[in-house]
Amino acid sequence: MQDHDVQPSGLTRRRVLGGMGIAGLALMSSPALAQETVDLHVPGGPSTRMLTTSYPQKGRMILQRSSPPWLETPFEVFDKGVFTPNDQHYVSWHWANFPGDIDVNKFQLTVRGQVNQALSLSLNDILQGFPRFDIAAVNQCAGASRIYAEPRVAGAQWANGAMSNALWTGVRLKDVLDRAGVKPGAIAVRFGGLDEPVMPDAPKFLKSLSIDHARDGEVMIAFGMNGEQLPLLNGFPLRLVVPGWCGVYWIKMLNDIEVLDQPDTNYWTATGYRVPDTPHNTVKPGATGFKMVPVTGNAPRSFITNIRNGDSVPAGTPASARGIAFGGDCGVARVDLSIDGGKSWQPTKLGADQGTYGFRQWQTAFTLSARGAHTLMVRCTNTKNEAQPDFRTWNPAGYLFNTIEATHVLAA
Amino acid sequence: MQRQVLPMVAILGLILLSQPGRAATITTLKSLKLDVPTSDTMFPGPGSDAINNNCLACHSADHVLNQPSLSREAWQEVVNKMITAYKAPVSPDDAKAIVDYLARTKGTS
Repeated sequence: MQDHDVQPSGLTRRRVLGGMGIAGLALMSSPALAQETVDLHVPGGPSTRMLTTSYPQKGRMILQRSSPPWLETPFEVFDKGVFTPNDQHYVSWHWANFPGDIDVNKFQLTVRGQVNQALSLSLNDILQGFPRFDIAAVNQCAGASRIYAEPRVAGAQWANGAMSNALWTGVRLKDVLDRAGVKPGAIAVRFGGLDEPVMPDAPKFLKSLSIDHARDGEVMIAFGMNGEQLPLLNGFPLRLVVPGWCGVYWIKMLNDIEVLDQPDTNYWTATGYRVPDTPHNTVKPGATGFKMVPVTGNAPRSFITNIRNGDSVPAGTPASARGIAFGGDCGVARVDLSIDGGKSWQPTKLGADQGTYGFRQWQTAFTLSARGAHTLMVRCTNTKNEAQPDFRTWNPAGYLFNTIEATHVLAA
Repeated sequence: MQRQVLPMVAILGLILLSQPGRAATITTLKSLKLDVPTSDTMFPGPGSDAINNNCLACHSADHVLNQPSLSREAWQEVVNKMITAYKAPVSPDDAKAIVDYLARTKGTS
């Protein structure tokens, strides 16, 4: 793991990503200004994105939006192991106003609201004052893979790299709440960070959990990520980790915890991030009359990571397929591979279990006997016996996409 | 562009490389002072004044340029959401000019 604490001096100057939109594309033919790009292979476009190494503490990332940053993990990273390196863990911010300058001696985490004793905790209080634990968990944006929605929908046009897995280190939210003493009648806990909207009347980014969820002993206030402090863009110094739930709940730069005795009415909890209350949260485009409910837990997903669309596979010879899976809001029970476009399935061998909510590696051997085009598919079934759907899911905001992935190859 | 998939023997070694992450004992955190890049890209072409003047304070232009082609109705919905949910102070005239620009440059028809 790299040491991110030492920054090259160039990063202390204000940097502007110049001409990254249309102008950048127009200049690509000039070798001196050549900018590395990635093709996300989306029908209808725009399919091309810049790759960037300009963000502090971040390696090579897909630039989905310059500001506030949306940086996607390049897909090949997922073939290297179950834990995503911190410098390629995806990045997503709602509001552009967040500090780049954080003094660990001044930072305070407030616990207030329906508690017996409001707290103002220093980072030292958090690091030294509570039992700590580790948990592996996938942080996935609710809008992951939105770019593949058919028909397309507005929003962050993430491909399959708006997910990352880390081994998180921190303290139990329950222990911090117990220190403050939750009053009877508390029903929810609301979380806020140092990020602020640009427009003063805009809704500050806040999310809530029920009091029981907040006190389940798994929800973490994390200060460590794969054994290091968090990168700034992933929420330094403290981030809420809600294992199994979408990244929107994982409040970055967490500095405010408010215990509520009334339902949270703020925009992000009461209005935003809604999906149809239907099986697989899916509806027909244009349909109306369904109930909308908040996005909560992740759904099972799996990916082949060593074979990409358009690859050539030797015919008549055993080849290896491998990849990653996660169960969503529970563990992985099994991962199956199909080499005939989903007509038949064969089990794969699961790798070591690094934690219920993390990525699980899988691998298997397969043989394509006939030359020509074949479709490989991979399907995760989680420990709640929920399998990825074999039809294209769709909802108006493009959330929680988890249709079985297909990889088209040529046996030669 | 085609890649060759390596035969199985070549790949089996790689799968063993992934080590479980071990959480080091973090005793202190170090302060950070970093600059996060922004973008100075503007929306191009005629009719772009309203979108350049109203939208770039909260997000860079690539947010919009990377969106799919959408119907005028869908763009109207996006602009309405920016105004009502996210409180963007956009005048009705500018809102219309923004929707016109988006429907013209990123429309479906």
